[in-house]
Amino acid sequence: MARLAGLRAGRRQKRPSCRGWRPQRRCKLTAWDQVSPLTCPVLGQDGAVDDRELVDALRAKDEAAFREVVIGYHSAMIRVASFYVSSKAVAEEVVQETWLAVVKGLDRFEGRSSFKTWVFTILSNQARSRGAREHRTVPFSSLEADERTPGVPGERFQPPSDRWAGHWSDPPSPWTDVPAARLEGNETRSLIFDAIRSLPPQQREVIALRDVEGWSPEEVCAALEISDGNQRILLHRARGKVRSVLEQNFARAVTP
Amino acid sequence: MTSYEDFPCEQAVTMVTDYFEGALSVEERAVLERHLSWCDWCATYVEQMRETVRLSGTLREEEVPAPVMDVLLEALHQMRES
Repeated sequence: MARLAGLRAGRRQKRPSCRGWRPQRRCKLTAWDQVSPLTCPVLGQDGAVDDRELVDALRAKDEAAFREVVIGYHSAMIRVASFYVSSKAVAEEVVQETWLAVVKGLDRFEGRSSFKTWVFTILSNQARSRGAREHRTVPFSSLEADERTPGVPGERFQPPSDRWAGHWSDPPSPWTDVPAARLEGNETRSLIFDAIRSLPPQQREVIALRDVEGWSPEEVCAALEISDGNQRILLHRARGKVRSVLEQNFARAVTP
Repeated sequence: MTSYEDFPCEQAVTMVTDYFEGALSVEERAVLERHLSWCDWCATYVEQMRETVRLSGTLREEEVPAPVMDVLLEALHQMRES
């Protein structure tokens, strides 16, 4: 179980005990380079049976179950919505509209996807159309240059004519000198938030669910209806761009 | 055996997410790890990508505002009664 160190201990404390449909049961992403999804006991327990139990409770107007699932998903929903719309207030409206749509649609939920996937699909659709109505434009022009090495422009590698073609000419500086308070401070969080908001929609969705919310690759593929390969490409581009925003920021920290 | 020159840093950078996700073949992984053992610059890049992932996971928790919960509970109770 130590290998599942990624479970968000801090976030779990607020919530009551464990059942499959409750949203805190997730593997955090940093564990994914060590843990195969096939052997992950947490994912293995996630399933249709618990979903059915939850949906039955909601259909029976079980207030406690409803309250718990609303609270449990709230942070993730606010954040996902915030990446599309102009303000937190609007994001809160979108989340509220989503739950109203969920309540209305409960009878139509057939369990073909997980309950969580279903809720977040509704949320993404609502947030996307709300964002479109707000005419939000999200350029990331300076960083779009090369999508294979996102956030690292070609000039930072030696040109093909060079003996060391393709090797770094302008390598990244380690962040080891950045003080922890700065590395994990509010400014960094808000930079990451803004960087994710500026990404193209699909990249934004993938990184928000994978890295911010800690969903598994399988859950993200199901929710966004994309292939695993496509999910990895989008994730790579999104992470690369967020890294470059942090790199520019921390470079200023290290060399004032 | 792939030499350092045959495997440019630029290529290593393209493989990082697949590396984290366990999506590289055994050969690709071996070549990349060999490169990382030589190349401090790419090792730094990989470390920064790992750190980026970690820091993205630190965005803050939100609370459900009480009036919102009231509206939602009301909707739950109204369900199929309208």
